[in-house]
This record gives sequence, C-alpha cells and structure tokens, in this order.
Amino acid sequence: MGAPLVTAFDAKSLADMTVEQAIAACRDLLEDPAFPTIHAWKARGGKVLGHFQVYFPEELAHASGMLPVKVRGAPVEMRRADSHFGSYLCSILRSSLEVALDGRLPLDMFVTHPICDAARNLAGVWARNFAYPSQILYLPQNANSAFAPQYLRDEYARLLGDIATVAPHRPTEDDLRRSITVFNENRRLIRQLWAVKRDTPWLLAVDEAYVLLAIGALMPREEHNALLAGLIPRLSRRQARRQDKIRVVFEGGFCEQPPLDLLSVIAQSCYVVDDDLLIGLRFLTSDVEATGDPLGALAHAYLERSTYSPVQHDARKPKERMLLERVRTSGAQAAILAAAKMCEPGLEEQVAYAKALDDEAIPYFVTEFEEKMTSFDQVQIQLETFVESILFD
Amino acid sequence: MTAADTLIGRAHYEAGGLIRDWFARLNRAAERGEQAAYVFVMGSMAEVLQAFDLHLVFPEINSLQTAVRHVAHEYLGVAEDAGYSPDICGYVKADVATQIQLGRHPMGRIPKPSLAVATNACNTYVKWAEIWERMYKIPVMTFDIPGSRTALGGAAPGTPAFERDRLYVEHQLRELIATCERLTGRALDLDRLRQVLEYTNRMAAAWQRVLELNRARPAPFNALVDGTVYLGVLNALRGTKEGAEYFDHLVEELEYKVATGAGTIPEERYRLLFVGVPCYPIFRRFHEMFADQGGVFVGSTYLWFAAGGMDLGFQYDLSRPLESLAEGILLGVRHAGDAMLFQDRALIGQVDDLGADGIVYHPVKSCRTVSTGLAGSRKAVMQARDVQCLFIESDMMDRRVVSEAQLKNRIDAFFEGLESRRRRAVPGVVPA
Repeated sequence: MGAPLVTAFDAKSLADMTVEQAIAACRDLLEDPAFPTIHAWKARGGKVLGHFQVYFPEELAHASGMLPVKVRGAPVEMRRADSHFGSYLCSILRSSLEVALDGRLPLDMFVTHPICDAARNLAGVWARNFAYPSQILYLPQNANSAFAPQYLRDEYARLLGDIATVAPHRPTEDDLRRSITVFNENRRLIRQLWAVKRDTPWLLAVDEAYVLLAIGALMPREEHNALLAGLIPRLSRRQARRQDKIRVVFEGGFCEQPPLDLLSVIAQSCYVVDDDLLIGLRFLTSDVEATGDPLGALAHAYLERSTYSPVQHDARKPKERMLLERVRTSGAQAAILAAAKMCEPGLEEQVAYAKALDDEAIPYFVTEFEEKMTSFDQVQIQLETFVESILFD
Repeated sequence: MTAADTLIGRAHYEAGGLIRDWFARLNRAAERGEQAAYVFVMGSMAEVLQAFDLHLVFPEINSLQTAVRHVAHEYLGVAEDAGYSPDICGYVKADVATQIQLGRHPMGRIPKPSLAVATNACNTYVKWAEIWERMYKIPVMTFDIPGSRTALGGAAPGTPAFERDRLYVEHQLRELIATCERLTGRALDLDRLRQVLEYTNRMAAAWQRVLELNRARPAPFNALVDGTVYLGVLNALRGTKEGAEYFDHLVEELEYKVATGAGTIPEERYRLLFVGVPCYPIFRRFHEMFADQGGVFVGSTYLWFAAGGMDLGFQYDLSRPLESLAEGILLGVRHAGDAMLFQDRALIGQVDDLGADGIVYHPVKSCRTVSTGLAGSRKAVMQARDVQCLFIESDMMDRRVVSEAQLKNRIDAFFEGLESRRRRAVPGVVPA
C-alpha cells in the first residue's frame, strides 16, 4: 500500500539507528496497547484480518490485500471483556476480546481455531459482539489421515472465498504465489534470527529476538522482511561478550505470551537457545512451494513441513520427542517448562515433557505465567537457584 | 398391579440394571484381557466398534461415576500427585488415576485400551487420548469432524461444502475400519454393521420422541436428573439390541405419564432449562435445591451435546451404510458442537418450545468447551426473550470448587425473582 507503514523502520531510519535503538523502537511498538500500525493501515483504507493463535495461513489474507494480524492478547486492564466470560479462563482470551471491544484492535474479519476448548468458543463470542464476519478454521487434527491434505486444501479454498467477501479483491493463483514468496522470505529471515540466538546467544537475548519476531504480526510482512534483512547482518557486530549462563529451551509460549519482562528476567541468567514463542509465525519449517497449486502447497507445508505444538496431534510428532530434539539440536543444557495459567493444553503437556526430560536426565524448571503479571521477583529467585544447581553440580 | 405401578419408574430401574451389567462386562473383559476401545460421547464411533465386537469404554462416564459416588476427590488427588495441575479437566484426572491404579473403579475394573478414538469435538479429548498413547503405546485415532464454521450453522446436506466435509469423515471411517481389522484380525461384516445401525436408528428416533414429550405440562421427566440416566444408556449401549429396547420402553413410559398427567414432582411450578454440565459431586442435592421450590428442568443442552447429536434423530440409510454413517456422524457431532459453541438461537427456540420460565447456566471449571461462552450467551438470550436467568459456577468433578451454601443462596434468590416476576404478571397482585 505505497509508502512504508512504519516509517521508523524504513531503510534510511534504520541505518541511522544502532541495533539497540532499533530493538528498543521495536519493543515500544510491540508494547503500545493502541496498536498504531493497525490503525495506520486502516487510515489508509486497508482491511485487517485478525486470526487467533496458533497457526494461520496468512498468505491467504495477504494475497487478498488484507493485513493479517495475529490476535494474541495484550497486557491490558479488563473493563468490558470479563462480563462475557466465566471465571476459569486463561488471560489471552479475555484480553483479546477486550482490545477488540474497546476499538483498540479494529478488525474487518476474525478467524479462530479449535486449538483448545476455550478458543473454539471465540467465533461465537465474536459473532455476538461484532458485525464483521467471524469464523472457525478447522485445521486438521487428524494429520495422519491420507485425506487430510485434500481436506485442508479445500478448507483453505473455502476460507479464501469467505475472505473475499470483505477483502479488496479475490486473489489469483499468481497473487497467492507472490504472497507465498513474501512469507517464505519472512520465514527464512526468522530462521536466521533464531540461528543467531541459538549459535551466539550473547549477541541476541531471548527478549530481543522476541520483539523482532512479534512485531512482524503487526505490520506488512514486506516491511518486516526489510527490517530483519537490515538488522540481522548487524547483530554479529554487536559489542557483547559471552557470559557464564546456561543454555536453555523455553517451552510454553505457543499461545498466551509471557510478559516481556519475564523473558528479560530469564535472559539475565539463561541463554534461551530455542523456544516455542509465537510458534505459529514459525510453524512452517521450510519454504512453501511457490509453483503449482498454491493452496495445495500451503496445505502440504502445514501437514508435512511443520514443527509441533501442544495443540496439534500428529502421531509422527510426539511432543515430548520433539522437545528432546529441540533440546539436542540447540545444544541446550536444560529446559524451562512454562504454561499460561488455566491453559489446559500447556498444563497437560508439562506432565509428558517432565517425564521425558526425567528419563533423559535433563534438568528442567517448571513455572506458570500470565500475560498481565507484573511481579517477577519470586520466579527470578527460583530460576537463579535452578541455574546455580546446574552450574555448581 | 396397575399400569402406573409397572410403567412409572421402569426406565430408572432398567437403566440401573443395564449400566451395572455393562460395567460387569467391562470388569470381565479386564480380567480376561479382552480388547477394548476407549471412546468419547461426542463421536464415539460406536457403530463401527460394536460391529467389531470391541468393548466400549467411556472414560467420561467412568469419571462422572466417581463424582456421583463421592470418591472423585481421591482420584483427583492421585492424578495431581502425578503432576496433573488442579486446572486440568477433572474427567481427565479421574481417568488418569484409574489408569494409574490399574483400572480400579467404584463400578468394577476398567479394561486397558487396545485402541482409542478421540474426535476433535473437544480438544481435551485429543490431549486425553495422547495420555493413553503414551501409557499403552496403542493406536490412537484423532478423528476430525469439522464443525460449523460460523454462528449461522453448518453447510446443509447435499451442498458441495457439506459433501467435502462428509468425504473427509467417510475417508477417516474407512481408515478406522482398517485399523480395527488389523487389531481384531477380521474383516468388517457389513451385515453386522447394518444391524448395529438399525439399533441406533431406533434409539435416535426414540430419543427425539423422548425430548419432544417434555413439552407436556407437567414434564414427564427431569432433564437434569432423569435425562442424565437416559444418557448413560444412550451412550453406553448405542447400537445394541438392549439399548433399542430400553428406549422403546422409555417412550412407552413417558407417553403414559403424559397421557395421565404424571410429572416429576407433586407441583411443577417453574419450567427451567439447564445449560452446561451437571454438578456431579452434589448431583442429588443440586437437583433438590430446584425441585424443592417447584423447579423442573424440562430441557438441557447436556441432552444435546452429551448425546453426540442423537437428538437430531438422524436415520442411517442401511442401503449405503458407510456413506450414511459418515453423514450421520458429521451431522450429529457438528450439532453437538453447536450446542456448546453457538447455543443462543437453539436456547431461544427452547424457551418458546418448552415454555420455559427460567434458564440456569452452570459453567464448570473442568469444561471450557461448554463453559467459555456462557456469560455472553446469557446476555444474548436475555436480549431476545424476557426470561429469568441464573448464572452459577462450580464443577462437575472437583468438590473443592463446589460451594453448596453459596449455590443455595443464589438459587433461592433466583426463585424469589421467578416468584416476583409471576406475581407482577398477574394483574392486581403486588410483589411482597
């Protein structure tokens, strides 16, 4: 849509900033509860498709001329959303509705997924409160069925048709292929970013990597690509020394996001060398075919070239085995098993993860978090004790 | 003996015997090491599994039995000691404890699974089945049944959109059959499947009739208490001769009650709808808090979704069993999902259809599928109909979050509101 939406990150501005300044600017943008990039997009006449965690084929919205935005809650005070829900719910559901109800997150379409028992309700909740369309995308839970690729391809075609009712245009196959190319580039850059964090974690802390990743879900992906392409090469020139910290994997950030300050606390004593933070943005692990049938290619990638999360069942990817692989491939010494409060999939998976790590004698630290938590002293002390137990073992 | 002596109460008596026999068969299966399939009430695939003569184990029913028998807390404690959080569904934890204790259960011993089938009608089903997958290294089939995409409902049969979903279900059915054939070492007997489908057809038609009969005043059954008993048979004996005969008898009993004006309590003063999952830890007391004040639950969303959509009364076409089974499963489970996720319109319909005076919303900590949207749903229903609503939270398993005194206070206030409303509706009567 013409000039960059986020002028702070255009090529010239970025060149004038230090890496630290650029990351700080990204953090400010990410933590701004007013979602300024989305309002800027809307001010230009753009349409926004909000999709709830975890994975969504954003290429479909992008090719249709919409801005795909990940609806992932926000650390905001509840004023209106609480009256729409019962008591025993995670925070992300409430805060996602809160920012939509108070107009901070203006959408033109909303899509949720049956990732958990609570989230599957969101289409109904949205339908009662907003005039714009809301729906459920049933991604296959039976990834092992021979018919799943065909089903998913058809489901994407159905969704594309529904998007067309609100989008500026119905995309051609070439539009879809172009979008796939943009997102392939984004996935490639994110893989590079995560490789920096894994291989030289003293150059990029987990909270820093997180903000660079997360703002991608709030801005046109072309601009995110330009930002990452401009910053990643400069990371290796940062003045930072390797410290005596343990290498850990952080598990439990697939849906509700831990507060940035919690990640900062973890970064003080650990190098987080791999994680599942906002895993939906990194769910496809390699390029999607940009030739042939684009919807079929996206479906194939979801089923065959993807990572794991507690909310997808695939007999080929037992989660605990995948976690062990994540620990091994990242060279981690330990794991942090986190779960958002009231998050059933996360809490259930903790049991299997703990057993698998016990069996392999890999130390782990179990914790719960909430996106709106503000006190981290206790978890900091517990984590430091855990780290010391490993360092001085 | 009069007809009243032989008919009224027969359904409870027969259900008790059938359920005890069913658990006795499971107990024997456990002792003999016979093959059992673990399934769930929403999409049990009973027709296919019965056709292979596999024992059906419903862990949801096992779990609720521990609560009704007041021992759930012992089971929850065992699972929590094994690392399962207090915030995880109590059904899951009671089952985990049953498995840890080698099948020990108040109703007998539960056999180990040889196979598990979990539909996506509830995400906890999927996570639950993964636990068995890890414990027993058994084949687990996560069976996708696409639900309604929007609040407007699902695609109508005969449309291309419906046919796409139906094909996916049919394909998975064939994959399930192949798994069963490998497991049992024998091929599917289509005639046996047709027989099972025929029994289910009878049960579905009868279930629809049972629900219709509660339009009568007084209602012939209480949807919360009696309905839950019927549901047990509906699920456990789905696709069986005993199940079909039970429901024939039930219809006969309820029709007799309607014809003779027999209700569930001496005076039915308020007709209520129940939304959510029953409070099993104090099942009887919960019911009495309403019945003592003349409240009768004439309808319940539980009788829709926990029946796996059987209330649609879908009839399988025996001339094309697999295709028709796929269609029935898709429609039934999708309908069950609608009863949990998009229930507003159906509830408004029930207020009119059953002449309800009030609605009791009972979200529970354990089940977020059912409970998440209820507060908002209540607002929508109250905007559409002038009906008194009560919103009370507790749990279906965990007595730690069931505060009987608090529930009683809220329920008493609800009835005061109903009474006041009724007085206002009578010209010349001023509320006290």
